[in-house]
Amino acid sequence: MSQTADRIASSPAPDSPTRGLSLRRALDFVGVQNVSLLIALGILVTIIGTQDPVFFQTANIKTIGTAVAISGLLAVAQTVVIVLGALDISVGSQAGLASVVSAMAFTATSGNAALGIAAALALGLCCGLVNGVVIVFGRVNPVIATLATLAAFKGVAQLVSNGRAQGYTGADPVFIFLSRGSIAGIPTLIWVFVLAAAAVHVMLKYTDLGRNIYAIGGNDNAARLSGININRYILGVYAMTGLIAALAGILITARTGSGQPVSGSEGLELEAITAAALGGCALKGGKGAVSGTILAVLLLGVLTNGMTLLGINPFWQNVAKGTLLVVAVVIQQVRSGERRVGLPT
Amino acid sequence: MSATPLLELRGIDKSFGPVQVLRDVALSAYPGEVTALVGDNGAGKSTLVKCISGIYATDAGEFFFEGQPVQINSPRDASALGIEVVYQDLALCDNLDIVQNMFLGREKRSGLVLDEATMEQLAGQTLAGLSVRTVKSLRQHVSSLSGGQRQTVAIAKAVLWNSKLVILDEPTAALGVAQTAQVLELVRRLADRGLAVILISHNMNDVFAVSDRIAALYLGRMAAQVKTNEITHAQVVELITAGRSGQLGLRDENGTEYADLTTPGADA
Ligand SMILES: Nc1ncnc2c1ncn2[C@@H]1O[C@H](COP(=O)(O)OP(=O)(O)OP(=O)(O)O)[C@@H](O)[C@H]1O
Ligand SMILES: [Mg+2]
Repeated sequence: MSQTADRIASSPAPDSPTRGLSLRRALDFVGVQNVSLLIALGILVTIIGTQDPVFFQTANIKTIGTAVAISGLLAVAQTVVIVLGALDISVGSQAGLASVVSAMAFTATSGNAALGIAAALALGLCCGLVNGVVIVFGRVNPVIATLATLAAFKGVAQLVSNGRAQGYTGADPVFIFLSRGSIAGIPTLIWVFVLAAAAVHVMLKYTDLGRNIYAIGGNDNAARLSGININRYILGVYAMTGLIAALAGILITARTGSGQPVSGSEGLELEAITAAALGGCALKGGKGAVSGTILAVLLLGVLTNGMTLLGINPFWQNVAKGTLLVVAVVIQQVRSGERRVGLPT
Repeated sequence: MSATPLLELRGIDKSFGPVQVLRDVALSAYPGEVTALVGDNGAGKSTLVKCISGIYATDAGEFFFEGQPVQINSPRDASALGIEVVYQDLALCDNLDIVQNMFLGREKRSGLVLDEATMEQLAGQTLAGLSVRTVKSLRQHVSSLSGGQRQTVAIAKAVLWNSKLVILDEPTAALGVAQTAQVLELVRRLADRGLAVILISHNMNDVFAVSDRIAALYLGRMAAQVKTNEITHAQVVELITAGRSGQLGLRDENGTEYADLTTPGADA
């Protein structure tokens, strides 16, 4: 009894932790979820690497990194939305619209890349706010609201572009730098992804904003009674997601050399949700982290890359991804001791 | 005991659409005392608490805090005055730990980032100050706590802010005998530290064990507010169930008003 009281009074007791305790601490720090992802990643890398040594070549690792950067950005944004207890299905459409707009603004300003990028980011912010406003003030369920804007944003992108690729940005140095440049030997695409992910990670884990997002996802009633303005958080999170989706759209423009209304962005929303769920986000909210999502993004990226290297039929790649997700979520549910009654959450 | 109440309410009215839930309610809470708020299910106790804490806007009525008239329009106004509420449906987040819950919505920061060390220290001091010894680690998720421990965390959360008035809505409703005793002891300790406490309870034994005054709500009206040592068990039960007991309670003349209190069509 007195021992527990002591622990309360001076909690992070530095006094000689036993071996079991420090292992537990390390596990707590990395997270059990992340450990299983790391193990899965390790097994996968070993299998692919022993089959085809090309896998470990720097060029191939860069290929994996640049391949996952765009969907990774969306997965990180989706993580925040899911932790809040919501979902944003419209991120792919937002990215497509932003891609078109960035290229069109670039062309309209006779080749000003900065203005093209700024226009796309501003538009992404607006799209995100539209989502937030529909959810908060229209009292619409987030899934339905963003299902609607998934269609609507895609329609707008097709309307303004007449359904065709827009502009030609492939000769602009800024866009070239974004798609093929590198800083300190690491491709710019990867830098953008890593910096955005780091910023979101810090926000979620180390600021009161993040803490309140977890609280709202865990128990919105408690959050409200504690004086947290939930509506403001919903608007803010969707606006941030719009901004990141626009960033992804700009990268799509840079990679393809033109604004793409649909191709390049279609289906990204599901990839983002897949990665977030695989990374340990619970769709009911309050649970999940950027670290887990990034590991999941890497796992999916390595899986795709490896299967391509080994010449496996691409149709099997989708089957493998789906299987992986189901297995991961089943393991999560079994570990959390969910009772097998009714519809699982 | 002091003569001026810490919190005094006068003439509080509250309706939800056509349903008038509170009518001309007066209530006083004194520092250093536990005021028990009793009443049947649906009498309006929780509603009254939510009016005090700024979650519901009142239709009419005045609030006095330390003798001064005040306005309470949001939970932030209430906490700025030093009013904290432990809600009936425990407002805790299962996915957060004890420290995180205690500072929910009012996290301490150093610069832009959270100051976890300070928060953990303050939370530990508060729990220790309440002589709470039942929680093992402050970094335990609230979902892993027992009902009594959760209640303890909710109460500690309320006293963390140097609050002057703590309101507890049925804190012992879901607890066993031992845990109930623990929580009641904690409630008594709060009052002994000079806080004003309002305790809502359906359990007469609890009420008589810890309270200094009893306020009885009957169908949204304050039937009586009396000192606990000047009233009997049976009288309180009568006040709760009939709104009056001998000289105490609502007068018969007012009985005609009862009809207005019921929802349209509810009177058979
Ligand atoms: N948000 C609301 N909208 C409409 N009616 C409400 C609302 N909240 C409470 N009521 C009604 O107000 C009346 C008083 O409810 P309240 O929750 O205050 O009762 P209580 O005294 O706390 O009861 P209990 O002992 O069961 O907790 C009830 O008839 C209830 O149906
Ligand atoms: Mg109640």
